[in-house]
Amino acid sequence: MVRLRVIPCLDVKDGRVVKGVRFQGLRDAGDPVERAAAYEASGADELCLLDVSATREGRASAVETVRAVRAVIGIPLTVGGGVRRLEDAAQLLDAGADKVAVNTAALERPELLAEIKERLGAQCTVLSLDAARREDAGSPGSMLRWEVVVAGGTRRTGADAVEWARRAVDLGAGEILATSWDRDGTGEGYDVELLRALSEAVPVPLVASGGARSALHMETALDAGASAVLAASIFHDGVTTVDHIKRELARSGRDVRPSLSPTLNPSTLR
Amino acid sequence: MSPDLVLVRTGVANVASVTAAFRRLGVEPRLSDDPLEIRRADAVVLPGVGAFAAGMARLRDAGLVAPLRARVERGEPTLAVCLGVQLLGLESEEAPGLSGLGVAPARTRRLVDAPRLPHFGWNQVEPDRTCRTVRPGEAYFAHSYRLEDTASLAAEGWSVARTREGERFVAAIERGAVLGCQFHPELSGAYGAALMERWLERAALACAGGVA
Repeated sequence: MVRLRVIPCLDVKDGRVVKGVRFQGLRDAGDPVERAAAYEASGADELCLLDVSATREGRASAVETVRAVRAVIGIPLTVGGGVRRLEDAAQLLDAGADKVAVNTAALERPELLAEIKERLGAQCTVLSLDAARREDAGSPGSMLRWEVVVAGGTRRTGADAVEWARRAVDLGAGEILATSWDRDGTGEGYDVELLRALSEAVPVPLVASGGARSALHMETALDAGASAVLAASIFHDGVTTVDHIKRELARSGRDVRPSLSPTLNPSTLR
Repeated sequence: MSPDLVLVRTGVANVASVTAAFRRLGVEPRLSDDPLEIRRADAVVLPGVGAFAAGMARLRDAGLVAPLRARVERGEPTLAVCLGVQLLGLESEEAPGLSGLGVAPARTRRLVDAPRLPHFGWNQVEPDRTCRTVRPGEAYFAHSYRLEDTASLAAEGWSVARTREGERFVAAIERGAVLGCQFHPELSGAYGAALMERWLERAALACAGGVA
């Protein structure tokens, strides 16, 4: 059986790791290359690098960051932020990304997902979905629903998040990276209802994002159907380590890849 | 001395991760789609990301079908990754009617019993007792199609490593200095690095005229 994955996420702006709350109030959280190497050593199954400046500013520096991170890590790297055209995706792959996450541009022009899939394959094509609970959610008689937010969370689109995920998979997305806008950076736990709704709606792997503070949060996301759990703040701030989280998940019976012991080096695996 | 290592430029593959992984092992691969270079190189990597039809079309257009076939048939050091190992086979369900390189006697089919596709993530690799380069461990997979597990492989001298996701299927095949991995050794951390290093050692031996 394929293992459940734990994925640290590096939000990168101007060559530095940053992290905020609900995509705002960004503060410095270190050097991406150092962070990436440390997370791999701690047992990360994959890394995610999101260029959070891209939508509003330039993105040339992000390509350099991808190149520098790729040089030091031997695990998969998903890169997103500001991917607007097929050429952007190809450029990120050339720099060392293994998967490319598309967000705002795909909503504006859904065929972009099909173009990336045709040229680079479904295994490279990730839909980055930022979803917010609808403001009428929870009012009497209303169903719980989510809408897609774009442009770094600054714009609500009214588009139904679950419907959009379904359509994106039909077009070619091979994975959904689902970030709860409501929970991002809060440490209140993933939006489990959102994950359950998405997991039932699409046949591709689902990566849970936004709100994780503990292994328990991750367990609930995995139980809701996520194939992978992503977190940023808790790893950057040293609240916990990837290794510790994976041990906790293993102890509670979740099927994760055993973390690498710090003393283990490649030669002992021969 | 490090070998002359050529990475096949297929145009549809992501070669940055493979290049970076070899660099960490102290080997600088050259990117080429020149048939003569691919015929003569000490060692060749056929990377693969993307679709079967596009991959085969690219090999045909560049005149690489014959050189790659010859390498594998002669047992010259060759590493095929992901789509690469599927291209070694007879054909693929992904592109009906189109022939592969045909040097490994197996067809490629879509994974049928996996709970979710693509099969993304780390899974266990279980080599059969005849494998010499592939060892047990965990490797990173990213695919929806796989080479079928057929007795013809062993009959033609291939050793097989397997994994399981819904069904059991081929994770890697090896014969002498030829290695084909459905998973991505370049993305499989320490396990993958050690595997690539063993393949390079086998390649160096084969080039020195030793027993591959």
